[in-house]
Amino acid sequence: MSFDKPKDKKKENSVTTPSSLASVASTTRKPGTNRLGIGLEARGVHAWFGKHHALANVSLDFAAGTVTALIGPSGCGKSTFIRTLNRMHEFIPGAAMAGEVLLDGKDIYEQGTDVTKIRLKIGMVFQKPNPFPSMTIGENVLSGLKLAQLKNANKDELMEECLVRAGLWNEVKDRLNAHGGSLSGGQQQRLCIARALAVNPQVLLMDEPCSALDPGSTLRIEETIKELSETMTIIIVTHNMQQAARVSDFTAFFLADGGPGEMIETAPTSQIFSQPRDKRTENYVTGRFG
Amino acid sequence: MSQTLQNVKPGKPWQPSAKQRVTDFTILFAAVLTSYLIVEFTAMKGKLAYFFLFFLALAIFNLIRGTITRDFMNGSDQFFSVIMLLGMTLVVIPTADILYTVFERGRKGLHAGLLTNDMAMATPSDPITSGGLLHAIIGTFLLVSVALILSVPIGILTALYLTEIKGRFTRPIRFLVQAMSGVPSIVAGLFILSSIVYTITKSYSGFVGSLALTILMIPTIARTAEEVLNLIPNDLREAGVALGGTQWRTVAMVVIPAARSGLITALILGVARIVGETAPILLLTGGGDAVNFNPTSGAMGSLPFYIWKSFLLGTEESITRGWAGLLVLLVLVLILFIMARVLGSRRTK
Repeated sequence: MSFDKPKDKKKENSVTTPSSLASVASTTRKPGTNRLGIGLEARGVHAWFGKHHALANVSLDFAAGTVTALIGPSGCGKSTFIRTLNRMHEFIPGAAMAGEVLLDGKDIYEQGTDVTKIRLKIGMVFQKPNPFPSMTIGENVLSGLKLAQLKNANKDELMEECLVRAGLWNEVKDRLNAHGGSLSGGQQQRLCIARALAVNPQVLLMDEPCSALDPGSTLRIEETIKELSETMTIIIVTHNMQQAARVSDFTAFFLADGGPGEMIETAPTSQIFSQPRDKRTENYVTGRFG
Repeated sequence: MSQTLQNVKPGKPWQPSAKQRVTDFTILFAAVLTSYLIVEFTAMKGKLAYFFLFFLALAIFNLIRGTITRDFMNGSDQFFSVIMLLGMTLVVIPTADILYTVFERGRKGLHAGLLTNDMAMATPSDPITSGGLLHAIIGTFLLVSVALILSVPIGILTALYLTEIKGRFTRPIRFLVQAMSGVPSIVAGLFILSSIVYTITKSYSGFVGSLALTILMIPTIARTAEEVLNLIPNDLREAGVALGGTQWRTVAMVVIPAARSGLITALILGVARIVGETAPILLLTGGGDAVNFNPTSGAMGSLPFYIWKSFLLGTEESITRGWAGLLVLLVLVLILFIMARVLGSRRTK
């Protein structure tokens, strides 16, 4: 198989440099702490499923401590893109990619990189709530520690902290030994967020985390995202433009116009919704198509 | 408000009314009558004629009733309901008959020492109360245990290769496992006889019998386990890997516990496949009459061997012993299945 690798094009196609984004971010919110590093940068990312070219030449920077929303119609490659960011893309048979994803300036696709360490630093919450059915609520929260064989002296404290941060503690504190499946859909999704927080990631990817939830649960999760953005970089895929407007600092618009999905425009969220540069973005955010 | 709430009684409006029950009963009676009349006045005779004529009449009367009261669609719906009932009866009656026969005849062979004595000191024509089948139970238990120890790791690991690793050899291995599940048990027995007994051990033992049973058990376990593991949603595997687990830790901590009850079912189906297996046992174990705790040397009895031998001896007492052995084997299988259900469902609620 041969894929045209866009190595030569990637530099000039880069829309924003991390430093320029970071300066915008610092005006809108506190700059990230040292633990957050300098953030995540995608450089000329392409993705394929077998012969199907799903995503072409996406360059996007995610400054530390910001929330970025990825919007666009179905099938435009948002989810594919987010899965290249923590190397979940390669989990699909027949998948291929090109380009670089830099975490704190280091390519996560570099030969010899320990992929499990990458996924520890870049956590993920999926579209469908997927608590582990064989574990209790408490075990679910701490499952990341066991899976990655991390040591933690005070597990009860960590469990409470994660559940509090995910906004679930008050609802489950009396039944930590119940099974994860006994919770409602919204609670299960917050349990999955708590589970992702327990391994203390720098970046949290959320792939349409609210698409299966009712408005009340959605609101709770949006509050959770706002609280989490103080301490981590968040990238959220959403079909809900109001949600993007509510929770994110930056928004990127994706579109697949017949060919592979592309990133059309990225800007601070208020700008995307008030004065988008690209006509297609304007059509989408004003609801004229998609 | 509370007044009206108290007046409301829970009902089941979808259930048949009294009038429908009367027509149901009339049709049933008419079907019985029809089958009786046809058997009485035509050349068709016997229980089997009664049986099929009754269901045929019932189906046709229901078809007519449904067509008259509603339409042809409803009539044919009722017609096929009766045909399903016929199919169900055709399955249940022989099964129930087998169980009844085994229980009825085996009952006569039960006595106080049945489970504590062996046949070492008893001759075929001894009264039933002498001897027992302790040696056969212990033999079956040992044969199955050794086969389990050998086949469970191989079977489950094969299933994990097919579902989790999905390597280059997935398709040939799946084909091979499917082909293996069709291997006649006598072939497995002859294979072990020629490749192990004649060349290496040069003697019968329980262990070589277990080897043949292992060959029969692996495909059952592997195929059932593969189906069970395929049912585990991919979301869970992705969630485990996204939390920083390696593939092996994700499988061990997330996938296998989620599939636990199904995997236990796979194991039990494997045991059920081999516990009554007779042909390789006849070829390989030697079938002793005394208790033998050592699978690696000496002839080892087992329930299928005991049953086969008892019927072969042909005396009235030994045939009764054979039925008792069948009863014990059936009860053993029943206990196994109940245990599997209890073990498999304990934590998955």
